[in-house]
This record gives sequence, structure tokens and C-alpha cells, in this order.
Amino acid sequence: MPELLWLIPGLPMTGFALLALWGSRLPRVAVSLVGVGSVALSAALSVAVAVSFLASPPADHAYSLTLWQWLGIGGLQADIAFRVDPLALLMMLVITIVGALIHLYSTEYMARDEDYSRFFAYMNLFVGAMLTLVMADNLLLLYLGWEGVGLCSYLLIGFWYRDPANGKAAMKAFIVTRVGDAALAVGLFVLYTQLGTLNLEELAARAPAAWPVGSALAVLTAALLLGGAVGKSAQLPLQTWLPDAMAGPTPVSALIHAATMVTAGVYLIARTHAIFALAPTVLLVVAVVGVVTLFLAAVSALAQWDLKRVLAYSTISQIGYMFLALGVGAWSAAMFHFMTHAFFKALLFLAAGAIIMAMHEDHSIFRMGGLRHRMPLVFWTFLAGACSLSALPLVTAGFYSKDEILAAVWAADGGQWLWVMGLVGAFLTAVYSFRVVYLVFFGEAQKEPAHQPGWRMAVPLAVLAVLALVGGALNLPRSLGNLLLLDHFLEPVFAGLAQHRELTVAQEIHLQLIADVAALGGILVAWLLYRRYRADLAAVADLAVVRNLRTYWLNGWGFDWLYDRLVVRPYESLARLNRADAVDYLVHALARFVAETHRILSRTQTGEVRWYVAVLTCGVVILVAIMVLR
Amino acid sequence: MTIPLLSLMTFLPLVGMVIILCLNRERHVNAIRGVATVFAALSFLVSAYLFLPFNSADSAIQLEEKALWFDAAGFVVNYHMGIDGLSLPLIFLTTLLTLLSVIYSWRITERVKEYMAFFMLLEVGMLGVFCALDFFLFYVFWEVSLVPMYFLIGIWGGPRREYAAIKFFIYTLVGSLAMLLAILAMYFTSQPHTFDIIELTNQKLFAGPFGFGVKHFWVATLAFWGFFLGFAIKVPLFPFHTWLPDAHVEAPTAGSVILAGVLLKMGTYGFVRVSLPMLPGPAQYFAVVIVLLALASIIYGALVAMAQTDLKKLIAYSSVNHMGYVMLGVAAAVGATVPDRYGPTLEVARITALNGAVLQMFNHGIITGALFFLVGVIYDRAHTRDLNSFGGLAKQMPVYAGIMMMASFASLGLPTLSGFVSEFLVFVGSFGVYRVFTALAVLGVIFTAVYFLWMIQRIFLGPLNRQWTELTDMDGGELVATVPLCFLMLFIGIYPRPLLDLINTAMSGLVYEMSQVIHLVQGWGMWG
Repeated sequence: MPELLWLIPGLPMTGFALLALWGSRLPRVAVSLVGVGSVALSAALSVAVAVSFLASPPADHAYSLTLWQWLGIGGLQADIAFRVDPLALLMMLVITIVGALIHLYSTEYMARDEDYSRFFAYMNLFVGAMLTLVMADNLLLLYLGWEGVGLCSYLLIGFWYRDPANGKAAMKAFIVTRVGDAALAVGLFVLYTQLGTLNLEELAARAPAAWPVGSALAVLTAALLLGGAVGKSAQLPLQTWLPDAMAGPTPVSALIHAATMVTAGVYLIARTHAIFALAPTVLLVVAVVGVVTLFLAAVSALAQWDLKRVLAYSTISQIGYMFLALGVGAWSAAMFHFMTHAFFKALLFLAAGAIIMAMHEDHSIFRMGGLRHRMPLVFWTFLAGACSLSALPLVTAGFYSKDEILAAVWAADGGQWLWVMGLVGAFLTAVYSFRVVYLVFFGEAQKEPAHQPGWRMAVPLAVLAVLALVGGALNLPRSLGNLLLLDHFLEPVFAGLAQHRELTVAQEIHLQLIADVAALGGILVAWLLYRRYRADLAAVADLAVVRNLRTYWLNGWGFDWLYDRLVVRPYESLARLNRADAVDYLVHALARFVAETHRILSRTQTGEVRWYVAVLTCGVVILVAIMVLR
Repeated sequence: MTIPLLSLMTFLPLVGMVIILCLNRERHVNAIRGVATVFAALSFLVSAYLFLPFNSADSAIQLEEKALWFDAAGFVVNYHMGIDGLSLPLIFLTTLLTLLSVIYSWRITERVKEYMAFFMLLEVGMLGVFCALDFFLFYVFWEVSLVPMYFLIGIWGGPRREYAAIKFFIYTLVGSLAMLLAILAMYFTSQPHTFDIIELTNQKLFAGPFGFGVKHFWVATLAFWGFFLGFAIKVPLFPFHTWLPDAHVEAPTAGSVILAGVLLKMGTYGFVRVSLPMLPGPAQYFAVVIVLLALASIIYGALVAMAQTDLKKLIAYSSVNHMGYVMLGVAAAVGATVPDRYGPTLEVARITALNGAVLQMFNHGIITGALFFLVGVIYDRAHTRDLNSFGGLAKQMPVYAGIMMMASFASLGLPTLSGFVSEFLVFVGSFGVYRVFTALAVLGVIFTAVYFLWMIQRIFLGPLNRQWTELTDMDGGELVATVPLCFLMLFIGIYPRPLLDLINTAMSGLVYEMSQVIHLVQGWGMWG
């Protein structure tokens, strides 16, 4: 099995190469076949690897494959090599299966686009790069995938490049994440100079040997890695690019900006958990970043009118939960939430895409309404996604994963405050999710849908809806069946780490009940505000203070405004001011000085004997005077 | 008898030039172009063949050719040529870029005979610089490469060509004179007096602890700064860079390609061939100045590039930015640092940084060479390089857009493309010597991304300007000139080993030799 591993990222990359070179000359059917087929094959292979892995686990819980040596200078060894352990395998399964579904969906969604083959070329490249990221056996190859997905994100956000706003959004995404990437790169330098390797396994072994817990270098390195993670995963303070990234086609938002790429930061921290475990301060920062982000983004989501931007803020918020889980050392809970989030958020985006397509590219939830009977399939699937996002008890996947996180947070030392914030976030999540449900699917119909999803859009919606509901069965808590399949599967990866305090089953049930109240309460509040008393509350919504607050939250708490004034404009002004290159003025000044000196000195050369004699006499007089007076 | 391969390669273009000069300027235009192409191709083939007899596991000078040139009353000058893992990649780069430039230049219609003749002479000078192992010969080749470039800018250049050509000439001449002074200082210090680069290196003239007050302090300092000025102007290192944008903006396309692709490397080559091995003590003593200027080049170059509206000027400033990475690696290769801050890895860090610097020279050559070709492509069609007048060309010229974006991403250091490999090696190596400076230099990669993406945005994205609906995509000649470079970007990006092994042997040897000579100085060199 291991010798076929290269095909998993290799197939989508081949798809990219084919489509990039000949795509414009191929018929659409062939493009679809290559584009979807390569990812579907990759998914099939991933499943086969998973089956073989489960059937007979390899010796050290990982398949390895080295293709060739990439860099080898001095002690620096970085190969093009893969290492597939349970963590990587989980990521691969999600990427390829959700990816294949989204590719299939795209064949219908993008059917009328003139750049059909370019779209699939970029999407295939993305899948290839993302798989490289998660399968890499060293940090340098991981970094290659990391930058590769960033490139694809850039290309796909700006896919409809005729509108300059889309191009700007793409640039913003690339540059803001590159700020994080720079931190990550410096983190790599520290790791290599200090530990002499970039191989992930060796790092995990050498770091605890070289650095005591809490040592300055461990803290510095973990902080730098965290810098990379917050950039990619759109967490505070580098979250500003993700809402704008919604400028890309909706399948892109589903695949890259919800299910896979934005969770790369979570993966990075989980993958290098051995280093983070040595830096408890940074872990606390991770948890705080997560909890603050999840709260701020949830509030912002409440104020959005653009359907996709609601989902974007929701994504930021949900990744905040994953960071919170990582921060309290609940590694596998974070990965569990990554998986369920990939299912329900991809589903929500795809359903949103179907709605937007039917509404002639209108994104405003206030101009939708009453779609429940007009688009029943979309309604039921979106509802499944919204329930899962709101963590509706027992019947949704989101419930189990969020529950596991909250329980772990409660159990962590001093985690009660974090838990309260997480709970408030859970309540807000339910409110904004059902705000969308009520505004879009209930109430007065405003427009007749122009397009009903065909089978290529319907199948992915249905499959993801099922996964969003039952995916939680992979990890049933002790209070509800005690079937922790995923935790056991991931155990070899996170083995040997201090586990959080165990809760009693009674405590778990208590926590669950409180969380249930929060979720159901949120749904109730949404119903009251946006359905039952919506008309009566219009006057309240129009108050100046409410309006201002809404605008403030609509603009994501003013971070863009702040960064624009602190960083962007000063840099631009400085660049503009120095357009002509100040150093050149100095060079010209030198040239002028020489010319000026020449002019003055040449004046003395008048050619008149009288003048020369006068100067000569003066000179002699001065010299004699000096000698006499000395 | 063995064939003197290096001389053959170096002087084949001279034969081409003589033949061109014998042809009639009006009737034989295509023959002139053909001859130039054939001789550039022959020289390229010889340089490619060099990889076969070259032993990449040997750090010594290979394929040596040595003969007495003249002996005037004890003033001995040898004709001494030879290559190692430092010069071989640069030689290959030179012959490749010259060949592609000549092919691209078939579209030149004005004074073809002189143009091609100058191009052939230029190649002789450049190859000579990289092969020469005697300072006298080195200096002759150095100056030979200057003259044709002066005329290429001054005759086939843009509207302000005379200003640019004179600026280029005066700057370079100042550098050359400083270098000449340094060469003489070396000559008269050596015992017995010699111009031979290898011999001068082996004499270890200024071995031992170096610092203010040691014997030879002033002569060694003079030599170091003489070479420094000569090389730094060529690189160009901030603040000696202002000739570069003007020269690039006015130069014809192929001239810019050679200027950025090869001539700048003569400066960094000089640092690695001369300053480091011959003057390791002073180099270490003053390395902190180099690293600060390198940092300034990286940040300042990116800042100024950001503001440009002329595409060619933008790429020119990107060269200042990228050559800064090379100089960072060079400085780290010798820079003083707290001796046991990193224990045994210090030497490894130096080797890594220097490997990165040399590979970055090669990569900058292919990437920026390609970028200048691409600037020419759009200028030939639109007759403007004003970035604000373009927009939406992605659909109009898809192949052009694809190749341009690939070259831009290679330049901003995207992994899988070559620029990343060398930048990473420079950074990871330098970090072992200068932690703070390297961390600051990494900021450069953000700024680089900013100006390249902003450039892509203005040319290719947004609504199509009506003015440009007639523009055609790249033609055959343009593809021939750029596709091989793109292929190399990808190849070196994912499999740099063949080239790196070669470079690594030579650079490991160099760092080892230096470590035998240097005794770490105490004092102000310890920053960072």
C-alpha cells in the first residue's frame, strides 16, 4: 500500500497539469472527467489506504514513502516524502471525499462559466497541494503545501478577475496569510538551527529532549508556529482576509475557505503538538485566541446581510472552537470538530450556492425569503447543516464534537471562564444560524428561484447532509454510548501527552444539558426575533444605537479600518513618497557639486595675464605674511 | 593533447563576431543573425558539455589552462583559466541567457550587424570573468564586458539612453578603478608578487587575528574596500544601486536580460571568489556593514518597487531586492558571531547560507531574465510599460499571463519554483549566524509579495482596457526564449540536487579554508 501513496496527491496534480496545458482545447465533458475523476480516484485510494490501515495497522502506526531527496546541505535534509499516520489519514479522507463531492457539484454550478477548465485546473491543484500539506513527513514539504494552497486560494478568490474588487480580495488573502507565513518560516529556521532537523518525527523526539517545559526557545518557536496558524486559519489578529475571500465562486468557499485550507492552522498545531506541549504559555494563548475569535466572529455573523459572509464569520468562529480545544490540550476533540465542521460547513456553503444561483447571484438574505416550499431539497439540507452548526442535541454531528470540546475546556485547569465564553458562543451560533434559516426559507417569498439543482448538485448536498447528521457517531461520549472510535484511532498520534482531568459521567451530563439549553435557547431567540416578532421589532432595529452597533459588527469590529490606517496607508504613502528613489537625489547632488565646482574653478581661468599676476601677487603676500607673523 | 574547453567556449563568440564584422550590413542581415545564433549555440553546447568532465565531488579548480602571457621585467602575467562549482553554474547561465537573448533579438532591425557583434563581444567578456584566475586577465575581461553594454544601452536604448548609458559607465568605472587599486594592493603585498588569484588565496596574506592595530591592517582594509566598491556597485548593493533602474529602463530587452541575468552576478561572484577567500579577516571584521546594506537592499528595493508605474523599473528594483538575499548569504558565510552560540552548527550554517547565495545568483538570473523578456513582449505590442494603462489582459493573452505569473511567483519565492529553494537556504543558513537581521530580512518576502501581486493585478486583472483588444499572444520566438527558463524554474524548484551538489562541494571547501585562516575577532562585528 505505501508505494501507491504518491498517487493520492499525484493524481490531482496530474489533473492540474493536463487542464492547465490543454484544458482550453478539451471539450467540457473531458474537463469534467479529468477534474472530478482525478479527485474521485484520489478519494477511492485514500479509502483503500484507510481500510488497509485499519485492517492491519503498520508497525509504528504510519505508512511512509520517500520519493526523492529535495534538499540536502550539511545537516539539512528535506525529502519529498510522505508519512501517513492516523491524523494525516483523517485529513486525507475529509479532503478527498468532501473535495470530490464539491468537484462534482461544481460541474453544474460552473457549467456556464467561460473559464470552466481554468476553474478545475486550480481546484485540482488545490487538492494536490492540500494533500501534500497533510501527508508531508517534514516541515519544509509541509510548507510547500502550505504555500501551494495559499496560491490556489489567491487564484480562486480572484477567479472572476474582471471585477477589481475580487482581485483586491485575492491579494488581501495572500498578503495577510503571508504575514503569518513569514512567522512560520522563522519558526522553521529556529527549529532547524536548534534541533538540526525539519523531519516531523525527529522534531517530536528531539524537542522534549532539548528544551525543558516552558523554556524560552520552546515558547518562541511555538509562538512563531502559532503565527503561521492564525494567518492560515483566519484567527485573531489575522482574520480579516476570510470574509473578503467570499468573492470567489461558492464551491471554492466550500472547499478552501470552510472545509479544508482554513483548518490547516489547526492541523499544524496538532501536528507539532510536541512543541506546543513544551510551551504552556503559548497553549494558553492558543485557547484565548480561539475563544476571543469565536466570540467576536459569532457576533459579527449576526450583523451580516450577505449569506456567504454569515457563513464566513461562522467559519472563523468555528475554527475558534478548534483552537480552543487545541489550547486546552484536547487534540483529538479539535480534529473531531474539524471533521464535523468540514461536513456541515461545506454543506451550508453548497446549499447557499444553490440559493444564490437561483437568486441570480444576489447574496442578500433580506431579498430571499419563503424558499422553504420553492426549493425543498435545499431547505432540508440547509436545515440539516444549520442544526449541526447549532449543535442541536443528539441528532447532529456538531453536537458531539462541540460537546467534547466544551467538556474538555471545563476539565482544564482554570478553564471555567473559557467554558463560559464557549457557551455564549454556542448560543450566538444557534441565533445566527437560525436567523438565516428564518429569513431565507420562511416569511414572504420575494423572488421566484431561477434554477433548481440538478443531480450533480443534489447528490453532494444529500450526502453531506447525511454526514452532517450522523458523522458524530464516530465519537460517542461516555454519557451517550461511550464509543470513542475517533479518539482511539488518533490515540497513537497524541499518545504520551498529559491528558486533561477526567470528568465523571454525571458531570458530563450536566455540562451537556447546559449546552443543550444554550443551543435550543439560541434557536428560540432567533425564532422570536426574526420570525414571531420581526415586524414589531423593526422600530428597535432602526434605533440609532442599534444601527451603529450593527454597522460596527457588520464591518467585523473595525479591524480592517484599523489595519488600513496603521499599516496599509503608511506603507503606501511611504512608497509613493519615495517613488523617485531618494538615494538618486544624493547621486545627482554629487554630480551637481562636481559641475558647480568645475564652473567656479573654470572662472579663474580667464586667460588674462593681468588677472594671473594679481592672483600670484596676492598669494605671495599672504604666504610672506604667514611666515613673518608666525 | 586535451582541448582547452574553457578557452574554446570563451572565444567562440569572438570568432562569431569577426565573421559578423566581415558580412555586409544590408545584404546579409539574416546571415548575421544566423551566425550570432550559431556561435552563441556552440558556446552554450560547450558549456553544457563541461558538466561531463567536471568532477562535482572535487572542490579544487578544474579544467585548468595556464600559460605565460607576458613577463615584463619580472612583472609576470599568466593566461590562467579554470572553473569550480561556483563558476560552472554561472557559466551555464551566461551561455544560456546569451543564446536566448540572441534568438529573441532576431526582431531587432536597426543596425543588426553592430548589435550582434556587440552581443558576441559581451559574451566573451562575461565568460572570461567567470573563468579567469589571474587578476590581470580578470580585469581585462571585466572591462571588456562593460564596453558592449554601454553601446547596447546607448544605441538601441529608449529615449533617455544617453543619460542611462553614461550613468552606467561612470558608476562601473568608479568601481573598476577601486578594484584596480585593490588588485595592486594585493600584488605588492604578496611574496613573491603575483596576480594569480589561486596563488594569492593560498598565500593567506592576512591570516591570523584581524582588527585595528594588527600588521597590515591598513593595506588589508584598503584592499577589502577597494574590492567592495567594485563588486558592490555591480551587484548593486544599496546605496550604490541607482544606476540600475535607469540602465534597465533604457536598455533594449535583451540588454536588460543580460544585465540583470549575468552582469549583476559578476559583483556577487567577485565577493565569493575574491573577497571571502582572499581577505577573510577583513571580510569578517566588516561583515556587519555588508549585512546591514544587504538588509537595506532587501527592504528598500521592495519599497521602491512597490511605487513604480513603469513595469521595467519595477522589475529593476526587484533585482535590488533579490540580490540583497545573495549578499545576506555572503555576509553570513563569514560574519562574526558569538563563537559558541550555536556550537558545531555554525560552520554548517555558513555553508548553507553560501550555498543559498550561489544558487540564488543562478535563480535570479533565470527568473529575472525571464521577467525582462516578458516586459519586452508587452512593450513590443503596447509600446508602453505604464502599469496603470493595462488591465484585464489575462483573457487577451492567456499564455503570456500564465508564463508571467509563473515567473512572478518564482520570484516571490513560491515553493516548487526555484526562487524558494535558494531563498530558504540563505535564510536558514544566515539565521544560524545573524538571528535578528535574518528575521528582519524575512519581512522582505512579504513586501516582495505585495509588489508582485499588485503588478499582476494591474496588468492582467480587472476590466479589459478597450485600447488593447488588438494585442496578440506570445509568438514563437518569445516562447523559445522564455519556456526553457520556466522549465528550469520548475526543475530546480523540485529537484535542485544536481546543481546544489556541485555548488555545495565548492562552498564547503571555501568555508573550510576560511575557518582555517580566520580567528574570530572581538568587538563590533558581534552584532546581530
